[in-house]
Amino acid sequence: MSAGPHASQRTPFQNPVIEWVDQRLPIFTMVNKEYGVFPTPKNFNYFWNFGAIAMFMLVTMIVTGITLAMHYAANTGIAFDSVERIMRDVNYGWLIRYIHMNGASFFFIAVYIHIFRGMYYGSYKAPRELLWIFGVVIFLLMMATAFMGYVLPWGQMSFWGATVITNLFSAIPVVGTSIVEWLWGGFSVDNPTLNRFFALHYLLPFVIVGVVFLHIWALHVTGSNNPSGIEPKTEKDTLPFHPYYTMKDSFGLVVFVAIYAAFVFFMPNALGHPDNYTPANPMVTPAHIVPEWYFLPFYAILRAINFDIGIPFTDIVFFEAKLGGVLAMFGSIAMVLIMPWLDKHPVRSARYRPKFRVALLVFVVSVLALGKIGGMPADAPLAHIGSFLLTTTHIAQILTLYYFAFFLVILPYLSKRERPLPMPESINDAVLQGQKSDQKSEKCCEA
Amino acid sequence: MKKNMEKNSMFKKLVLTSAALMALSVPSANASESKGVHEIVDVPFSFEGPLGTYDKASLQRGLMVYRQVCSACHSLKRVAYRNLEALGYTPDQIKTIAGDVTVMDGPNDEGEMFERPGRPSDRFKSPFANDKAAAAGNGGAVPPDLSLITKARHNGADYVYSILTGYAEAPHGVVIAEGKHYNKAMDGNVIAMAPPLSDGAVSYEDGTPQIVSQYAKDVATFLTWAAEPELEHRKQMGVKVILFLCVFAGIMYAVKRQIWKKVH
Repeated sequence: MSAGPHASQRTPFQNPVIEWVDQRLPIFTMVNKEYGVFPTPKNFNYFWNFGAIAMFMLVTMIVTGITLAMHYAANTGIAFDSVERIMRDVNYGWLIRYIHMNGASFFFIAVYIHIFRGMYYGSYKAPRELLWIFGVVIFLLMMATAFMGYVLPWGQMSFWGATVITNLFSAIPVVGTSIVEWLWGGFSVDNPTLNRFFALHYLLPFVIVGVVFLHIWALHVTGSNNPSGIEPKTEKDTLPFHPYYTMKDSFGLVVFVAIYAAFVFFMPNALGHPDNYTPANPMVTPAHIVPEWYFLPFYAILRAINFDIGIPFTDIVFFEAKLGGVLAMFGSIAMVLIMPWLDKHPVRSARYRPKFRVALLVFVVSVLALGKIGGMPADAPLAHIGSFLLTTTHIAQILTLYYFAFFLVILPYLSKRERPLPMPESINDAVLQGQKSDQKSEKCCEA
Repeated sequence: MKKNMEKNSMFKKLVLTSAALMALSVPSANASESKGVHEIVDVPFSFEGPLGTYDKASLQRGLMVYRQVCSACHSLKRVAYRNLEALGYTPDQIKTIAGDVTVMDGPNDEGEMFERPGRPSDRFKSPFANDKAAAAGNGGAVPPDLSLITKARHNGADYVYSILTGYAEAPHGVVIAEGKHYNKAMDGNVIAMAPPLSDGAVSYEDGTPQIVSQYAKDVATFLTWAAEPELEHRKQMGVKVILFLCVFAGIMYAVKRQIWKKVH
């Protein structure tokens, strides 16, 4: 009795109901293969929790988001009031909204750590380039979704943030203005804009789910990277995903959720801007228009390009400052996208690449500093150096320069020049080495 | 013993140094005041911290200040009279408070608009019919609605308190335009609102001092409640959630250790 191509690979299940379903659609076999016995490197550290955490956040956002959508009205006349109604009159509406609002921040925290993990341990390198690209696509979709979601409460920052960001597209030569009006559905950010942002804010998360599926599919083809960056060779190097990593992920997730809950319950507005509790008013511009914190590094890069780019000492201009800023901002993400081709060094993990490691950590610090600068006003004076007035814009320019130099100069240079540290033969050896050095350090502490 | 003494003297040094630093920093704070940097006072409120709750007596006094002073110009349109139950009022008291105002309702079966006394289900009645009327009555500036004011400003309740207590003589050389006022807490130090409070302006029945700083503290408390009526519920729930998650994380860690024991 053969039932199709999968029958030969299937081990029958004890439970008759499961067996009945599995014969017809081998979904239990698949789950067991991909999440039960799936061979996973045994040396994951806690950085490897953040994929599962990001997945949990995506589901949380969709569930709370759909609930909020049941009470929200996407109309400029009543959007703000409908959100306040959720906060005051809908049963536990405040809880659902605060979970969703802070959830966006914690989704980004999880994803940023996840991206950093990928960079540090070289998870973007062959054969995982496509997996990496799907990840960057998810990140871009998240940014679009988060931006549009921030517009929905129709507060002052919603309105002015939307105005500033949509206006960026006007920098595109010739068709810029037409594109912006097409995005707006009119001649300014107004009711049609709010309406379509709501529609897209509801749609995009499901697109993210689709790309996440591709991301995980690609992951299960190549298998996970690991802190040593060495591919598993024998069975000694791996463990079944369940129960080892289901358990480790669950523990990490609970710790993450505890921190997230502390924000939701004790400082729900700490990550937001007070101006968004003032209803949108097109006649009053806020003193400082700032995006949500997770966009600040990119906002700083955007503002850093405050000069026209052309041939020096001539009138020839290739890009005006505004277009230059927009290109730099999108370019900064494009750098991440093409990272697998900028860094061709054969060794994956920064553990065995001391120079890359330093360059990457400086990169992380510069991104954090860009975030800090992005939250401050542009051209704000910082210090006098002789007759030279140092401003936030200067700092942003230096940091932006490093950002691009890291990708375009340092990575290609180190790919050719960096000599890696001696590497262990296998993951198992790497683990044993780690334990030995642990014991050594313990001994020295005892003495 | 000796080590302990060393530690003690270290600690003393640290305390002395920080005290000296603080003493040094006080005059500079005064200097910044005269330059006109906006100054927010950090007031200890009962609702702060993870276990904070509203002081009901203060909420009731704050409501009194709002109704007798602020409500002349500022609306509170997102709060309903029925919400006052949270301040400790009985349904009958709330009916009386709501009944103090006359609201426009309708149209009735004849198609006429009509006036009726307020009901607990009504939202707080706004002092002006619309923003244009509010602007016309206030020299062109609309007094902001206060339902969300503590969430819509940095430092929330401290900001409200600081504005209300921040009126002062303009320093030498600072010219304040006609109809404007100098205020230490306001960004830019110029505010359109005339000093709304003065000592003794509202009579408290519970013996609380009838001074501006007390009024300001009470009304800041009341407005925080108006903006975050869920605050107590939220924090109490949060304590339970965090406790649960900590215990749960502990259990998960123990199970994880147990499972991984064979591997290590």
